[in-house]
Amino acid sequence: MASPCQIDRRHLAALLALGALLGLLAAAPAAFADILTPEDGGGSPPAERTDVLYEITLWMALPIFLLVEGVLIYSLVKHRFRRGAPEPAQVRGNTRLEIGWTVGAAAILVVLTVITLAFLPGIRDPEAGGAQRAGAVAVAATDQPDVPPGGPSLNVRVVGQQYIWRYDYPGPGRLFAYHRMVVPTDTTITLDITSQDVQHSFWIPELFGKADAVPGHINDMWFKVTEEGVYRGNCAELCGENHAQMIGEVEAMSPDRYRAWADRQRSDIRTAARALADQRRRMQAQQGAGEGSLLRQ
Amino acid sequence: MSTAEYRAQEGTIDPGRIAERARPQIVERGLRARPGGWLGWITSTDHKKIGVMYLIATFMFFVVGGVEALMMRLQLGAAQNTIMDGQTYNALVSLHGTTMVFLFVVPVLAGFGNYLVPLMIGARDMAFPRLNALSLWLFVFGGIVFYTSLFFTPPEAGWTSYAPLSDDAFLPTGGIDAWIFLVHLTGLSSLIGAINFVATIHNMRPKGMGFGRMPLFVWTILIYAYLLILALPAIAAAVTMLLTDRHFGTGFFDPTAGGDPLLWQHLFWFFGHPEVYILILPAMGIVSEVLPVFSRKPIFGYSFIAYSGVAIGFLSFTVWAHHMFATGLGDFANGAFATGSFLIGVPTGVKIFNWIGTMWGGSLRFKTAMLFAVGFIAMFIIGGISGVSLASPPVDFQQTDTYYVVAHIHYVLFGGAIMGMFAGMYYWWPKMFGRFLDEGLGKVHFWLTMVGFNLAFFPMHWLGTEGMPRRIYTYFPDMGWNFWNMMSSVGAYILGISVMVLVGNMIYAYRRPREEMPDNPWDAATLEWATTSPPPAHNFDAVPVVYSRYPLWEDRHPVEGGQPAVIAAAAPHTSIDERSHPADTQVAVGEGESNAHLATVEADHGEHEAGHAFHLPAPTIFPMILAFGLLLIAFALLFSPPILKVTFLITGVIYFVVAIYGWVKQISE
Repeated sequence: MASPCQIDRRHLAALLALGALLGLLAAAPAAFADILTPEDGGGSPPAERTDVLYEITLWMALPIFLLVEGVLIYSLVKHRFRRGAPEPAQVRGNTRLEIGWTVGAAAILVVLTVITLAFLPGIRDPEAGGAQRAGAVAVAATDQPDVPPGGPSLNVRVVGQQYIWRYDYPGPGRLFAYHRMVVPTDTTITLDITSQDVQHSFWIPELFGKADAVPGHINDMWFKVTEEGVYRGNCAELCGENHAQMIGEVEAMSPDRYRAWADRQRSDIRTAARALADQRRRMQAQQGAGEGSLLRQ
Repeated sequence: MSTAEYRAQEGTIDPGRIAERARPQIVERGLRARPGGWLGWITSTDHKKIGVMYLIATFMFFVVGGVEALMMRLQLGAAQNTIMDGQTYNALVSLHGTTMVFLFVVPVLAGFGNYLVPLMIGARDMAFPRLNALSLWLFVFGGIVFYTSLFFTPPEAGWTSYAPLSDDAFLPTGGIDAWIFLVHLTGLSSLIGAINFVATIHNMRPKGMGFGRMPLFVWTILIYAYLLILALPAIAAAVTMLLTDRHFGTGFFDPTAGGDPLLWQHLFWFFGHPEVYILILPAMGIVSEVLPVFSRKPIFGYSFIAYSGVAIGFLSFTVWAHHMFATGLGDFANGAFATGSFLIGVPTGVKIFNWIGTMWGGSLRFKTAMLFAVGFIAMFIIGGISGVSLASPPVDFQQTDTYYVVAHIHYVLFGGAIMGMFAGMYYWWPKMFGRFLDEGLGKVHFWLTMVGFNLAFFPMHWLGTEGMPRRIYTYFPDMGWNFWNMMSSVGAYILGISVMVLVGNMIYAYRRPREEMPDNPWDAATLEWATTSPPPAHNFDAVPVVYSRYPLWEDRHPVEGGQPAVIAAAAPHTSIDERSHPADTQVAVGEGESNAHLATVEADHGEHEAGHAFHLPAPTIFPMILAFGLLLIAFALLFSPPILKVTFLITGVIYFVVAIYGWVKQISE
């Protein structure tokens, strides 16, 4: 059996190890600063504002985390059993102290709630593009995202299906794309998101947070890219066995290049549609001939 | 180290005092022989045996759920791993989540509650011992019906089974049906168990134990029971609607038939969020019992801890839609549910401050039970803080359905509920089995758990913020997720080893020669330690009268200005089952024997001379047969060959009817 002295030392070592572990856990975020906060890039307002809000939350939480864990570890070391120590004072509570920390915790969380609620509309609702949007909040959550007055904008309908995304563009002439959504830079893109089978969730972490694609519902999200590039995101709602392979991409290009892409895509779609129609006519003709021969017999 | 040595070393209690206590003679006047051996276990209506069976069954499911987790971590350890395909992975996701929630954490707490609540409130059994047996068997057969799906197709829609993926159009296989029956059977089990806890705690407390003197674990079990009663009907309705959608052509959740997939989410989370607190509150109760004993101080701010639990219970019904921020509820609903979710952080934080207050100024003994209780606090702080960030809708848009949420739920449920359960295991093991779990192995278990747990789950916060969604079976190597996934897998296997150490510890404790276990080896303060270890079938020779929150510490710390520090034998204690049943075994306290079971107990000899005897419920097989009948009926719906369907249905109904008939006949004899 170990002597009491050894036991003390062992406990102390264990506590120090615990302290070191928690210290590492606390220090690690600093070492990995870029992976600490949600992705952002491309200058998309929803992602950037979320990032700011997350950082505010984080910088409020970190001192509290360190303080509480610190007090916990300190009390473990300070108040550990010592041989011959008198029985501890039988304190049953301290109402004033307890009310104090209840109010304190509530105050911190109220501040956080207010900050969050202040940020929420700017992240959910498309940017006004400088102009005032009277009464915009009232329709913010309806199916039709209000297109902000002033500044260019584009509305894209995003349809999830097992296991790919389809994007339908507005305007004369059919324009759609699968997998990769091409958008012009410096343009407010509003999304109408839905699904044609099971639930999916459309998410490009660097541009905007998740918007679930729910069959029978139209969800909305928006973004605006300032830098050209390709941004990638996984489907974020379990949608079947190939859920992991359901990836969506957004490619941002200058408005001129975007127009060129849209024209090319439209003509490709027209060509393909014509080829399909021809093929269908040929098949029908063959079928008709076959039926005719059957009739003649 | 023996208890006497421990206590002598700690220098707090005179080891000789235990031996001085004489035990009264127990005379069994059984009218019907009690079955022994395994039959004695499965026909038992003794809350202690039922509690132990709960703990054994849930621990087995814990190991199975853990193995499923390790298989997933094996696949995710490297990018584009090819150990399994998406279908297998989704099955593992569903099995692991469902097992851990429905077959481990909820019932393991029911097991602790079953064993301990009657002992802690000085009762002889639960209010409804036969219903108690029914709860156990419904839970066991719920687990069996779920795992039957391994032999055909396991469910693949996650533990949340979101419609329409879980509808027959997308997953026509029987796995989802097995999941539905699991929810039905275990839900019924929990509901019956919860009603039993409520009836027991409200009615069967001893003289003097008002709500203000009730042990905090009993408080949390009471809140747990109320939350189950309020939350379970929502999920029971939801899975029944899903069942009729799948098989009988209704369209509750089918948008092509006018239904709404979001209805599923509302119903599921109306149950699912209170469920989270159902899982954590009793673990908080365990910690609130363990900390004072090993700090040698009463709990700091008893009422704040008790009422903050009640506050959490209320608020837990106002926050369910924070699981649905990304579905597009609109700014107003998102704001409202966010506010509720932030608010629930207040009572949770208060509990943590009070626990630290309990240890402050104490004389802390770091037994394994205490280490796990402290580990609970340290880890729960992390889970709580990540929870606060998730309560913010915009942050949630980024973090939901990613590994950040996976990290959060595991910090709350493993770092919280399971660490609390481990603390309770080491703490009450000597009471339950009359043997200690080895302290050395226990400490190895604790440190492996801490290291493995944090290595497995802390990096998941970073993976989530880096954009890794949950429930994906593979990922591209260029996503920057490789290293932390590898580390996480290593951590998971360390955690696996730690559980093996625990199993080894249990086997070692079981095989070790039995030592004489004192009633109160930890020098604890609550009533379960006032009886032998393990307790006799009737729990207490004399039902105590309670004058304070810490009845067994009264000799050391008399209540100031209060009643004398004495636990006196109470008048004959009446439980529902004590109304005379001829078939029941009667246990009488022998006359003329010393009733000074505790040094401070004064027995009411007059009562015993008048021939007082108390009744213990008779063993019965019918609850098990009834549950088995329901299992067969579930099988009838699960198997497609008509001959099997008809056979299962008929035998199931026969078992069910016979069980009800036999049950009623037995109690009316």
